[in-house]
Amino acid sequence: MKRLFSVIKKETLHILRDWRTLMILISMPIALVVIFGFAVTNEIRNVNIVVVDPSKDAQTMEMIRRMEASGYFNVFSYVETVRDIEKNFQRGDAKIGILFQENFGENLQKYNTAEVQILADASDPNTASILANYAEIIFTRYQMELQGIPTFNGPRIIVENKMLFNPGLKSVYLFVPGVITVILMLICALMTSIALTREKEFGNMELLLVSPLKPGVVVIGKVIPYVVLSFIDLLLILILGDLVFKVPIRGSLILLLLESLLFIATSLSLGIFISTKTNNQQTAMIISLVGLFLPTILLSGFIFPIESMPWPLQWISHIIPARWFIVIIKNIMLKGTEIAFLWKETLILMFMTTAFIVLSIKNFKIRLE
Amino acid sequence: MQTILFLIRKEFIQIFRHKIMLPMLIMMPLVQLIILANAADFEIRNINIHIINHENNSLNNRLISKFKTSDHFNVIAVGASQKQAHDNILYGNADLYLEIQQDFEKSILRDNNAKVHISANAIDGMKAGLATSYAIHIVQDFNQNIIVESTDLPVSVQESGIVTKSSFWFNPEMDYANFMVPGILVILVTAIGMFFTGINIVREKEMGTIEQINVTPIKKHQFIIGKLSPFLILGLVELALGLTIGKLIFDIPIVGSLWLVFSFATLYLLAVLGLGMLLSTITNTQQQAMFMSWFFLMIFVLMSGLFTPIESMPAWAQKITWFNPVSYFIDVNRKVLLKGSDFYAVQGQFIKISIFAIVINTLAIWNYRKTSG
Repeated sequence: MKRLFSVIKKETLHILRDWRTLMILISMPIALVVIFGFAVTNEIRNVNIVVVDPSKDAQTMEMIRRMEASGYFNVFSYVETVRDIEKNFQRGDAKIGILFQENFGENLQKYNTAEVQILADASDPNTASILANYAEIIFTRYQMELQGIPTFNGPRIIVENKMLFNPGLKSVYLFVPGVITVILMLICALMTSIALTREKEFGNMELLLVSPLKPGVVVIGKVIPYVVLSFIDLLLILILGDLVFKVPIRGSLILLLLESLLFIATSLSLGIFISTKTNNQQTAMIISLVGLFLPTILLSGFIFPIESMPWPLQWISHIIPARWFIVIIKNIMLKGTEIAFLWKETLILMFMTTAFIVLSIKNFKIRLE
Repeated sequence: MQTILFLIRKEFIQIFRHKIMLPMLIMMPLVQLIILANAADFEIRNINIHIINHENNSLNNRLISKFKTSDHFNVIAVGASQKQAHDNILYGNADLYLEIQQDFEKSILRDNNAKVHISANAIDGMKAGLATSYAIHIVQDFNQNIIVESTDLPVSVQESGIVTKSSFWFNPEMDYANFMVPGILVILVTAIGMFFTGINIVREKEMGTIEQINVTPIKKHQFIIGKLSPFLILGLVELALGLTIGKLIFDIPIVGSLWLVFSFATLYLLAVLGLGMLLSTITNTQQQAMFMSWFFLMIFVLMSGLFTPIESMPAWAQKITWFNPVSYFIDVNRKVLLKGSDFYAVQGQFIKISIFAIVINTLAIWNYRKTSG
């Protein structure tokens, strides 16, 4: 026990000595939550449009006025030809072009028909389709008013809708659980795998192994400070989410912390396993980054919904521990789910942890080659 | 000149001595492009819906079958129990549920109106918003059908008036990969530039070999050029490789001039390599260098407009992106590749990235000392 404490003390000193890394590990979660909470949004307002309006009559002016009044659009400039619209798109000055046909108002009065085209810069297809839709709705409403069509003239179905768990549709609700997952993974898997291979690379591992310390004690002593560090980060994110963004914790906090401990164990065992397979820090870094970090961000459902992925990627996502943990933590925090609904995910994480520990023990070499 | 060539040769030997390096350089663009371009598709299909239905008659069944035949929805259950629907949402089996009011048909015949209720799991706000709007769209469509049936109005009345046509330029098939691939290429090039340079120089520090170089007559600028040019070359090769993969697998349009893309890439790499070098002068171990570059890379990427448009950010965040080289390159790449913008259209970005490169490299050279301690 005393030996274990001395290893823990040694590793803690290592971490504290390297204040740059420590600062990043503390400020990273804060920066991520703030960026996701404030800066990463899909909200659309004040999009620049360019207008080709040869006739400039009451109707076209009114339509453009309504577009601006909606708050979504903002006239960047009036231009002469379609070619000018293209130039504006290429410079990135505008995303939507409105092209009225000649004598728009006159045609509308005489022939009861007139044409307007909505041209969208679809190099960003999602934004383009949303914007084109908004513009179409504005024009259709205007037309219905012009023709004096009563809005409804038959049986009418009223749709009520309700957004459960997140009525404000805040994206930070989704990202706080994601950031927790990524940070726990980063500290526990990445940091430990590097810290262990570092000892190998510098030859210190031999010194530790010839000492009276048992290999298990060395490894456990080395990872415990990282467990503490990751727990501090976890609490930091939860507090920040609660204070600044009002992200709720609807379920039991105890259960949340226990499940986090389980995920920390999974990540640690993964980190230890990586370190048994590598001999220098660079390889450990590359393996951790490419093999762990990118999949954790991309395939865990953190940013991109898993259901929309093609099936091979969905299939791969099953072997990523973070995927299961994100389900657990989202459910506990946002839906207030109890363990009864989460036993499947919990068992999978337990199984993965055991598997990695067994593999690491098998691979752990106490002798030199 | 010869000294520099020797140094470059030394670097290349060192880079490729790592057996993992070469496969990494080839696999990284391939894997990243395939995963990201596919995963980062925000279009939503297969929305699981639970329908609460209280009676079995033709009108209700028609509404239900409208959902069953829709491409977007996947009806997982139809039943009368509200609790079951709620459990399905809690358990994650359903994304939303739709409740058709009791006596739906009677209510329409008697009162000329009826209610349906939609509740969505809104933890993923964007997905919930889209799913709900799809569902409302289907219900309204159904409503339109029964209006037409009940009033016998000729459909042609609707056709007159203002005719609105939408057309989508530069990407008529609305292919999301076209939007993502040019952005992902930037991340790739950045990773090589910033990550590997920083780590590479710090490794010499950590191993103590930098002192051996310092005591040789190699001049400061020779050392820096010798260190940076291999990564400049690797970055450009990686970009070419990525573009080829993008063209072959995703068939992304390359409308504009490749010369423009590559000359911007060179300026950009100079800026990013300088950043990597600057990081290496303020760190002492590879671990620190990696975390530092990772920290900056993460923030650069999230604030680059890769996933969400910069215009949607609040004003203060938009100001921060002025100092983000990644956002310039993504912007230029998308404009030139997809829209065929010419130099005139992107000259602002060229000027900004040049200033960035000069400032960063000056700082880095300033900070680099040939004496240790």
